[in-house]
Amino acid sequence: MSRPWPWLGRRSARPILSVMDSDGELLLGLRSGDERAFVSLVRRYHEPMLQLAASFVPSRAVAEEVVQDTWLAVLRGLEGFEERSSLKTWLFRILVNRARTTGTREQRSVPVADPEPVVDPSRFDASGGWADPPEHWIEAAEGRMEAGKLADRVRVWIDELPARQREVVLLRDVEGMSSEEVCTVLALSEGNQRVLLHRGRSRLRQLAEDEFRGVR
Amino acid sequence: MRLLLRRDLVCQQAVELVTDYLEGTLSRSARRRFEAHLAGCPHCTEYLAQMRETISITGRLAPEDLTPQMRDEFVDLYRRWRSEQP
Repeated sequence: MSRPWPWLGRRSARPILSVMDSDGELLLGLRSGDERAFVSLVRRYHEPMLQLAASFVPSRAVAEEVVQDTWLAVLRGLEGFEERSSLKTWLFRILVNRARTTGTREQRSVPVADPEPVVDPSRFDASGGWADPPEHWIEAAEGRMEAGKLADRVRVWIDELPARQREVVLLRDVEGMSSEEVCTVLALSEGNQRVLLHRGRSRLRQLAEDEFRGVR
Repeated sequence: MRLLLRRDLVCQQAVELVTDYLEGTLSRSARRRFEAHLAGCPHCTEYLAQMRETISITGRLAPEDLTPQMRDEFVDLYRRWRSEQP
């Protein structure tokens, strides 16, 4: 009997793995030795991992080595991966551990509660109210985003953030990890994670405001 | 609500609480104070909307894909690794 809609519900013997598959599906593929699952995983996380690694090491070339090593470590560690964390958290944790041991950046101290305000104090009056309130830019940003003309700027802004803020923003807001996952990957306390996130996001908001106000 | 005035937030304090607010880590009373401030302050309401927009934009950055050449290199890496497995 011929199928009325042959293009629907047809399963090929080997499902085609793509970047659209969930990490869970990729993990299954990886465990069954499917090289396409590995390539999909690399396509999904190679650039984000490079970006994060670059925050710990002195050059792009070293970051590339660290990421390359990480992929090998992932292949070797796959069998022992117990899924106590998500695949993504596991990947980034391996990466950060390697980047830290490779990085020449001196031992980083825990950020103490830094009293530095996130909005320029000169924008408030003596009673703490807005003297120079935020200008509207959301609609303009959405327009530029839809036209595909904002993403590259935002990447530049993220690169300009201080390293520790950048690391948290990349994992939380770009990669969409939970705060618990970010704390695990970066070995941060919840409180410090939040402080860094607050500074990073606030700084990005300011850069967006400057952009649309025409300051930059 | 006059009695609460002394404990009211000013804008300069409110902007420092935005992330705690969005993360849901403010105490109930602090959250109420924050929301009461927003209700009377269009500028801080705008500021909060901009922080949300900032998060939303960052969340829409798609990672760059590998070049075909790099993809091939990773296929090679994988095959080499497989061939070394017992």
